[in-house]
Amino acid sequence: MAEYINLDPQYSASVESFFNSSPEAEVSLEFIIPEKDFNVAGKGSAEVKNLLKRLGIDPEILRRVAVASYEAEINVAAHSRGGKMVSDVYDELIHISFIDEGPGIKDIAQAMQPGFSTADDLVREMGFGAGLGLPNIKKNSDWMKLTSEYGQHTNLEFIIFFE
Amino acid sequence: MQINLKDFCEAIRGHNLTPAIDMESIELEGAYVSDMLSDVMGSAKPNQAWITIMKHLNTIAVASMTGVPVIIYSSGNVPEAPVIEKALEESVCLVSSGLPTFDIAGILYKLLGL
Repeated sequence: MAEYINLDPQYSASVESFFNSSPEAEVSLEFIIPEKDFNVAGKGSAEVKNLLKRLGIDPEILRRVAVASYEAEINVAAHSRGGKMVSDVYDELIHISFIDEGPGIKDIAQAMQPGFSTADDLVREMGFGAGLGLPNIKKNSDWMKLTSEYGQHTNLEFIIFFE
Repeated sequence: MQINLKDFCEAIRGHNLTPAIDMESIELEGAYVSDMLSDVMGSAKPNQAWITIMKHLNTIAVASMTGVPVIIYSSGNVPEAPVIEKALEESVCLVSSGLPTFDIAGILYKLLGL
């Protein structure tokens, strides 16, 4: 099982205490992401964005959550056999995880490289496949963890703090 | 320096495909030019126009997630009706111009006094 973790050092204590205390989410949303359906992919992110907007979250934070979650949804639709997105909203942060049905990532370090892509022609025709999805998720999140084993499923989760 | 979308639209001989959205309410400080959606999501800013030839439905989601207020379709590209409907839902203004991307970006650059 290969793993990639990125953490903004200013949030290391907050992330640790979040996982240690395992609090209950204020709101949880779950969405199914079907394989290769680029009209459905994005619905989860749009709902989450609308929810956070109603909660009065800062527009710049909103933008970061929307971009990171949309990229992740597109990744599940483009590269897996489908999966789901689970969003948990807490007082101070949002935690979103994406679990797919495989086939897993061959080389995580390579997948994290900006410009590296395994997207097929269909995905590229849609304007995706620039190899910037994972780097964009890393850039816009305060903590991210990508876990995968080739032949198994992939799990991506990230946290974005509201302040 | 800012430029009003209505003035910019006139300068590029553009046509507002979403007339329900008031172009005068949108101020621009620049533009982002790209046809790769993740590139736009990684780099475009909320006060910029997005100039592209991509007219797929996903462009609306990208604009909405990124906070880009207007998509300018260059070289006379016009998206299909469902795309325009989606844009109205998401309050993303759509403009089509017959000019190529280079000219549209150049005109904006000049108008902004850059």
